Amino acid sequence: MTDNKTPETAHGESYSVEDVLDQTTDKSFSQGQLVLRRFLRHKAAMTALVVLVLVILLAFTSIGVGPIPGWWDKDYLQFYVGTNPNPNGAPTLQLWPFSIGEHPFGQDTIGKDYFALVMRGAQVSLFIAFTVGIVATLLGTTIGSIAGYFRGITESLLMRTTDLFIIIPLLILAAVFGRTFGANVPLMALMIGLVSWTGLARLVRAEVLSLREREFVSAARAIGTPSTTIIRRHILPNALGTIIVNATLGISGAILVETAISFLGFGVRAPDTSLGLLIQTYQNALTTRPWLFWWPGIFILTIALCVNFIGDGLRDAFDPRQTVE
Amino acid sequence: MTTETKANDAMSQEAVLQFKDLDVKFKTEFGRVHAVKGLTLDVRPGEVVALVGESGSGKSVTATTALGLLPGNASILGETIVANQSIGKLNGKQMRNVRGNHVAMVFQEPMTALNPVIRVGEQLTEAMEVHGVAFGKEAWARAVDLLKAVGIPNAERRAKQYPHELSGGMRQRVVIAMALSCDPAVIIADEPTTALDVTVQADILDLLRSLKDKLNTGILLITHNMGVVADMADRVAVMFKGEIVEQGTSEEVLLHPQHPYTKRLLDAVPHLGVGHGQFGEAVNPVTSTEKALEVENFVVEYKRTGKKPFRAVDDVTFDCRRGEIVGLVGESGSGKSTIGRALLGLIPVASGQAKVLGSDLTKVKGRELKELRSRIGVIFQDPAASLNPRLPVGDVIAEPLVVHNRGNAESRRQRVYELLDAVRLPRSAYNRYPHELSGGQRQRVSIARALTLSPDLLVADEPTSALDVSVQASVLEMFTELQKEFGFACLFISHDLAVIDSLAHRVVVLQYGKVVEKGTREDVLLSAQEEYTQRLLAAAPVPDPIEQARRRAERHALLESLGDRVAEIDTRELDQ
Repeated sequence: MTDNKTPETAHGESYSVEDVLDQTTDKSFSQGQLVLRRFLRHKAAMTALVVLVLVILLAFTSIGVGPIPGWWDKDYLQFYVGTNPNPNGAPTLQLWPFSIGEHPFGQDTIGKDYFALVMRGAQVSLFIAFTVGIVATLLGTTIGSIAGYFRGITESLLMRTTDLFIIIPLLILAAVFGRTFGANVPLMALMIGLVSWTGLARLVRAEVLSLREREFVSAARAIGTPSTTIIRRHILPNALGTIIVNATLGISGAILVETAISFLGFGVRAPDTSLGLLIQTYQNALTTRPWLFWWPGIFILTIALCVNFIGDGLRDAFDPRQTVE
Repeated sequence: MTTETKANDAMSQEAVLQFKDLDVKFKTEFGRVHAVKGLTLDVRPGEVVALVGESGSGKSVTATTALGLLPGNASILGETIVANQSIGKLNGKQMRNVRGNHVAMVFQEPMTALNPVIRVGEQLTEAMEVHGVAFGKEAWARAVDLLKAVGIPNAERRAKQYPHELSGGMRQRVVIAMALSCDPAVIIADEPTTALDVTVQADILDLLRSLKDKLNTGILLITHNMGVVADMADRVAVMFKGEIVEQGTSEEVLLHPQHPYTKRLLDAVPHLGVGHGQFGEAVNPVTSTEKALEVENFVVEYKRTGKKPFRAVDDVTFDCRRGEIVGLVGESGSGKSTIGRALLGLIPVASGQAKVLGSDLTKVKGRELKELRSRIGVIFQDPAASLNPRLPVGDVIAEPLVVHNRGNAESRRQRVYELLDAVRLPRSAYNRYPHELSGGQRQRVSIARALTLSPDLLVADEPTSALDVSVQASVLEMFTELQKEFGFACLFISHDLAVIDSLAHRVVVLQYGKVVEKGTREDVLLSAQEEYTQRLLAAAPVPDPIEQARRRAERHALLESLGDRVAEIDTRELDQ
């Protein structure tokens, strides 16, 4: 009852289960490249990335940054009288036939160009969001990985400190510091960053706790690799998925926190502006001049949604169990 | 009744599990994978059919189709018939009726197959209640009976315990009891003993064998272990890359293999008692008297909160001369890996001393310790876990050089190329990542890493246990050659006596952290003095059905002389 069917394999008669390494090509995919491949195929995340890049470009090129002028001829601090053909300073933006007009987003109650104002607001909000994202990620990753790798008393101290930071209500802290530093945007961004690293620290610690027991870490320790090198070279690259995904979520969270703080009046102060401040200033104009509320609202939504979609795409891309639809 | 007449009896009966021209393809990110290519196989009542093959041969995929549990990206052609029902044509409800009732599964790893938060008894009653076999108190009573039937002592008490309170062998008995709970016509056992120690494996195999004899259950046994096949199977089907290359009775296939792949596979199995030179050249005899490693009164303890510390290694003394391979043998929990890890400085040593080339590992600190570590190489069991997935192969191998500041970028690159040549990997592997390599290739990389600094002592912790048997053979062959070339002393930790037999000069047998027996390979493995060593040797199956049947009878006689029972299903418990 023997059945001597010869399998049609590329390895012919060798019958080896060990795959021969393909030597015709030197092309190999690192884990990072695999993640990138999966991310590029994620339609929602790619769309969100394109939209976010467009929004960033629009915000920074239109009115320029600091002394560098942008392509938009109006300034967010100037008053413009008699330039708008529409009553109440309504938007001049027309979709069909398409024309931007003099004030595409309209004018505010005292005649400022609202496009310029919204662009300035978006700049400030994006700046705060990314600063918070970077500060919180650096802090959270460092504290989490040190606590997770060294365990013992170091871990206890760091994690109890984390608990201490978790119980500080962000809004009350903002109210206290906002009174003093409110006008200083970078300081405020730093402050939000200094209190929002806790979630990431806990996640990174949990990830490191499981990674430090892996054999490649034992192998590195057995060789004599110093602890800092082990964390930097062996542990953190493998926790990158968690870190990046949470950084993006932290960024969109920061936009909303800034909005909330400015909305309550503790954040950015006039004449400078942010998207949250614009909404706060014009919350009563919703019935008379609705565009003053909608434009900053749309920008907040767009930025936060895009960042969340990107985070979602990254999470899928880092998940090795991902299958292709 | 001999196995042959038994198989002939079975021929006349109708098959309980049939694969007809089964063909399975998976859609993946990198294109289609053709896992099973037109496979036809029958399992009849009271018959054990072994599906043998190495990883990637499609044996588990084949079995999974019988339970209809393949993931959504699989496309299945052909038919799988269980109890006259074609699996592909069933809807969800009908499928659930077939699972458990007609076909049941015994999984490889009993710890993960059991839910850790549910009592053992409740897990058993669940299947019965789902299939309406018994409910409430009646189901519980039956669950206890089942546990008694599979030979679990104190079944009433055990049923109320959680899986972690049971030993590995007992857990696997629970899994078998679960499979039996609805009296299925066929049981699929997917590597049922791979995660178990040899002595436990022998018991579980005895139990499974009694199932087919006493309950007339058909068993599809999936395994890569030829010894298990010889011990259990009536018929054998050898799979290679999705196809059955050879099938026949176990005597035909194992003793007179026709197909080149089967021959290759059987040649790769290490034989206990044959000694050195099974794979390539034999290792050199030891000439040096200088001690590379001296372990004296070694004690390692694990701290436990609220309890006194657990002594994993208790007063162990042995040594290893330059150029000598010392095999450290024992079952799980014997402390063999703990000794290895303590020697590498990964676990603190409670007392005793370990001298590596004269300097005491337990005393030196700082720079001296680092220097000492550069003279010890290490190979871990699972190459997939011991290589950092984010680093390319070249960086992995060069890492010890970087850590110990040896050479510059160019000399390191040259050294990596030399080592890649030595472990017979192409130089183009330099830029590859571990996930692009097969298991055997990965283990070659970790051997290369261990040899980077030309260590005087190598600690190899089960270096071939995670590998397929043919890959194991080629890795062992390469290992022997490297040992001859580099002349390192080696502490070779393994649970596989046949592997130890093929290359060790001396053997140390451990049980519960204590040395049971030590001596030269011939003394320990060919004329063991201690009872524990004898049990270990008797339990290791050999890939020859006739020889194995004799060994089994000998083992049963040994067990009886030692006052132990042979594991078997107790049908009296099931009839009640």
